[in-house]
Amino acid sequence: MTTTIIKTTTRILASLILVFGAYIILHGHLTPGGGFQGGAVFASGLALLIVACEDEIVKKRFEKVPLSPLESIGALGFLGTALLGLMGYTFFKNVIANSGFIFGGKTPIGINPGYLNTGGTLAYMNIFVGMKVLAGLTSIVLIFFLLLGGKKDEW
Amino acid sequence: MRKALGLFAFLGFTLFLLAATMSLRPFGAPPHTEMDHYFITHAQEQASANNVVTSIVFDYRGFDTLGEATVLFTAVAGVLMVLRRKEVSS
Repeated sequence: MTTTIIKTTTRILASLILVFGAYIILHGHLTPGGGFQGGAVFASGLALLIVACEDEIVKKRFEKVPLSPLESIGALGFLGTALLGLMGYTFFKNVIANSGFIFGGKTPIGINPGYLNTGGTLAYMNIFVGMKVLAGLTSIVLIFFLLLGGKKDEW
Repeated sequence: MRKALGLFAFLGFTLFLLAATMSLRPFGAPPHTEMDHYFITHAQEQASANNVVTSIVFDYRGFDTLGEATVLFTAVAGVLMVLRRKEVSS
């Protein structure tokens, strides 16, 4: 299951995949992609890390990773960011845009190279949804691996 | 008898599909484009994002994304609840 080829490939590729997923999540309001897609890419990198290692190493490595809290924080943060719009406006109103807060820079209208410090609540929602998706998919892969991966005789 | 019936149904369905394909609109010309033009022209100033898709997904159609996130949350919770054992803690 875990051959030398997979281990060597993982050692080179895993960090690149994780960085690419984080890039897609953070630049969701500028480039194609977003929270869901970036979270899926990040989770696939983590799945590669899970698959390429032995059972005990995976257990030891992922024991400290707070996947359930990440999932809950993602869902609640998404709702909370949407609720921010109730400060004088409606649900899901983009209140942080053009306000000078983090991710609240002045948005140029028209063709522009794309500035990371824009987007308002969209950037926050991207981050929260990405957190949630990566935690959810990784926990599914992890529990499948830990429950079914070790028993080769049944399959 | 059954074969004749099947052949009749097959031919009828094929003719129906062919007729439906003939009456399709040409590629890239949907009947209503007012909404698309509104999104494309106003997304940058209203949602303050270069990516119009993201501004639709998280701003104009925010409730849709909320339901999507809830579906994913429920799916993950169900899988973890069904497959959870004592020795696995994640």
